[in-house]
Amino acid sequence: MREIAYEDVVKAVRDMIVYCGTDLPQDTYDALKKAMEEEKSPVSKEVIRQILENADIAKDEKRPLCQDTGLAVFFVKVGEDVKIKGGLLKDAINEGTEQGYKDAYLRASTCEPFSRANLKDKIGYNLPAIIHFDLVEGDKIDIEYAAKGGGSENVSRARVFAPAAGKEGIINYVKEVISEAGGNPCPPITVGVGIGGTFEKACISSKHALFRDIGSVNPDPELAEMEAKILEEINKLGIGAMGMGGTKTALAVHIESNPCHIASLPVSVNVQCHSSRHTHITI
Amino acid sequence: MAQYTLTTPLTSEDTKKLKAGDTVLLNGTIYTARDAAHKRLVELLEKGEELPFDIEGSVIYFVGPTPPKPGDPIGSAGPTTSYRMDSYSPTMLKYGSKGMIGKGKRNQAVKDACVEYDGIYFGATGGAGALLGKKITSAEVIAYPELGPEAVRKITVKDFPVTVINDTHGNDLYQMGREQYEVKD
Repeated sequence: MREIAYEDVVKAVRDMIVYCGTDLPQDTYDALKKAMEEEKSPVSKEVIRQILENADIAKDEKRPLCQDTGLAVFFVKVGEDVKIKGGLLKDAINEGTEQGYKDAYLRASTCEPFSRANLKDKIGYNLPAIIHFDLVEGDKIDIEYAAKGGGSENVSRARVFAPAAGKEGIINYVKEVISEAGGNPCPPITVGVGIGGTFEKACISSKHALFRDIGSVNPDPELAEMEAKILEEINKLGIGAMGMGGTKTALAVHIESNPCHIASLPVSVNVQCHSSRHTHITI
Repeated sequence: MAQYTLTTPLTSEDTKKLKAGDTVLLNGTIYTARDAAHKRLVELLEKGEELPFDIEGSVIYFVGPTPPKPGDPIGSAGPTTSYRMDSYSPTMLKYGSKGMIGKGKRNQAVKDACVEYDGIYFGATGGAGALLGKKITSAEVIAYPELGPEAVRKITVKDFPVTVINDTHGNDLYQMGREQYEVKD
């Protein structure tokens, strides 16, 4: 059994959050640059230019990329031969989250659902983090992190179709969700699509799909083809950067698929804004 | 599409010449308010009470900034999604406010109020909080400090870049832009 110190996890999480607050990941930056070059609308082209200038300023001056520094979302794969020494893994991730948000001057955006009171003085600065755990073979911990903003989360949708809806039904549904969203989720967006499983499995898969690097190819050729088809359809909608009209509404579509019940076809669409702040670390 | 440089407070003369798609560099004093602050401001107006600032010709920025780093007036400060303010904005315009800065589409009542009261809905680039925060040269909380990022701030802006989304003539850049680039099969 390998032991990992609690403090090491806290520091690793803290560092990921500080990094993502100000440094746009290279895959996102490259995808935006390509989108700016290909965009046909001068208004949208200027918006993407501002987004890239913003990324340069944020990186050079260590200022948050966006004032919506998100809720902290983690996917954690825990090797069965690992033990955390000095505390619980969940507590270490939350502690690292709190430190990172404070150290990088990020906004605490968590609140109670009804009173809307900010929770920073009650349970901690931007806590609790949203953590999805999975148990795997081995003696390592793999932590994927993304900052998830509210504007893009608000347009995300899920629905359980009858199996007859098929691929075509899924493609039309994703188009419908993105069309309705317009400029609200801060395009050019990344679209995560979770297919199959149960209702909640589809939702979690659509979230996890957003953690994949933009520009990476889906290893499943059938899904890769479907991603390309949906991306093409979305970019025909004309929404453009920040909804101002244009040809680059989405940078990428990522699909994760799971086996599902013979009676159901669950589909979830989770949207990420152009500031796709994500990274991962293996300890 | 024209480019303008305007200084607040805005007048009807300023706003009527603007067309959807025009770009504007804003200068002067503007006020920040989001959901919770709007609720309180509109309640004051409806009771006939004074606002914590002069509403005539004012521009309201829908933003909840990050905490400032030591020595800075404000942190990152990009626009939040505007539809959440749709139920309040017509009242703000009715009582003399002339501009709003946010992101995302507005409902018909807001667009109609822009026509009726010579108001403009400006879009700023969402997610460009570092760039936009640097255009803010001073910031001071003037009301509702207990709301934290949602408190009302009086801020001074220098060449703050915005695009006209809804103008005083009923035009909507989101509709126009999308129609222009939509590909129908």
